[in-house]
Amino acid sequence: MSAHNEHGERPAEVLFGERLTRRDHLRRSAMLSGPGFLWVVIFLFLPLLFMVGISVLSRGAAGEISLTFTWENFQRFAGFGELGFDPMYPTIILRSLVLGLATTAICLVMAFPLTFFIAGLRSPLKNLALTLVVIPLWTNLLIRTYAWQILLAGDGWLARAAAWVGLTGAGEALYPGTLAVYTGMVCDFLPFLVLPLYASVEKMDWSIVEAAMDLGANGWRVFQHAVLPQVKPGVAAGCILTFIPAMGTFVIPDLLGGSKTMLLGNAIQQQFGPSRDWPFGAAITLLAVVIVMLGLWLFYRLDAKRGEGMIL
Amino acid sequence: MTRGHWLLTLLSGGLYTFLYAPIVVVIVYSFNTARYGSGWRGFTTKWYSTLWNNPQALSAAENTLVLAVASTVLATVLGTMLAMGLNRYWFPAKRLASWLLYVPVVIPDIVMAVAMLLFYALLRDLVGLFNLGLTTMVISHVTFQIPFVAIVVRSRLFGLDPALEEAARDLGATPWQTFWRVTFPLILPGVAAGGLLAFTLSLDDFVVSFFTSGPGSTTLPILIYSSVKRGITPDINALSTLIILVSVVGTVLITLMQRAKQ
Repeated sequence: MSAHNEHGERPAEVLFGERLTRRDHLRRSAMLSGPGFLWVVIFLFLPLLFMVGISVLSRGAAGEISLTFTWENFQRFAGFGELGFDPMYPTIILRSLVLGLATTAICLVMAFPLTFFIAGLRSPLKNLALTLVVIPLWTNLLIRTYAWQILLAGDGWLARAAAWVGLTGAGEALYPGTLAVYTGMVCDFLPFLVLPLYASVEKMDWSIVEAAMDLGANGWRVFQHAVLPQVKPGVAAGCILTFIPAMGTFVIPDLLGGSKTMLLGNAIQQQFGPSRDWPFGAAITLLAVVIVMLGLWLFYRLDAKRGEGMIL
Repeated sequence: MTRGHWLLTLLSGGLYTFLYAPIVVVIVYSFNTARYGSGWRGFTTKWYSTLWNNPQALSAAENTLVLAVASTVLATVLGTMLAMGLNRYWFPAKRLASWLLYVPVVIPDIVMAVAMLLFYALLRDLVGLFNLGLTTMVISHVTFQIPFVAIVVRSRLFGLDPALEEAARDLGATPWQTFWRVTFPLILPGVAAGGLLAFTLSLDDFVVSFFTSGPGSTTLPILIYSSVKRGITPDINALSTLIILVSVVGTVLITLMQRAKQ
């Protein structure tokens, strides 16, 4: 839709039974798309710009935003605070990255058998199996997360089994802790990986797999050369859909982890909530945005051939 | 091949158990007599009547519904108009604008939540409006719903045959008549799907609501969160069970509706 003539003027054209000039296009865009765009710009993009602004301001004595310029907020999460080097924030960043990547990797490994199992079922069963993956996705994440507090409680059978094997002491709860956070994360995000992967597996050309097997490839090589290239788009989409919310989550570590499992999301919540240091909170938020954008860009590069419209 | 198949079935069974363990445990414990601890002490439905007599839970349910309906109506209208404009008319930097529309879809919800919190606080200091409450929650929900509606409706508009609308105009219909009698019925499934998605996103949202809510505008997810922070009680399990029930029925109905269309 960018055919301009030499004067930069869009020629009048007939569209949906109407003759439209460039002016008509602009007027109608403004009328139709204007209000929605304006809404998102005012209530999301403008606030994000404010966020950039206050990230270089300081916190006043009473928790208010003081209009003095400083780089201190960014130095702080790099580890250089007022009291010398403090590894707390660099650790949080690293931990969030590791947790996000590990959750994505674990979900991916789990999604493969489940997806191929569903794809191999007969039609009515297949729809049922697929609906069973969708239902948890539409069930509130908060509920599915706090339920693990019950499942991992000290007098629950999972904790007793762990104590019996000798992993933990008797009567010891399996939460809060890193294990509980991982369990909650994987359980909550698994459907995000299964669904896009399934969409790819459904479209797979199985004759390529059969050909590879006929030619004597072993299981791993069949997977690597005949299956993986075909399901790559689904893997990429699923990884993005898992990694981004996993990086930003604050509910799961908040309910299932202790202070040792603080992530970026919790750090943001703490600064905007109890600590009331909004400038520092804004700096952490910006960092989270940068990490997410880098992640998106990376996946986009890895999957450049598919181009735009990959996410949805 | 058979051995591999059994292994796959076994693994998948385990994964389904893993996915459903939290859902099942909440439902089971909502019928447990025991108030504390995780042992089973016998069947009861008394937590449901406790819940029914809990004014906080009832007002939270009301807030959740008011918020979801109000924001969905606004977002569906704005999002559909947005999609129509993007689909048919030209304006400068349109490509960039379409990309920007994906930002609310991809950024973590906590980023959106604190950005809005900050914005409302600044506005409050400057003009005295935007006290946190149901209004700010509706504004925030509409903001993340608009792009979802627009994306769904736009994909429906791509598949539309322009000849149908051209025929209507040729036969003398005004643009307004053409829209309501030809275009709108054709894109209605897309609008409905977009609206439904927006509605469930609003019902499900915790993070954005948590940061933009004020006193008296507690929603069900916020109520559950603050109760869990104080320690899980059986009536919260009962409340969660009812929410799960609504989600399951909703998902099954939508799946059946989609299948009927095909």
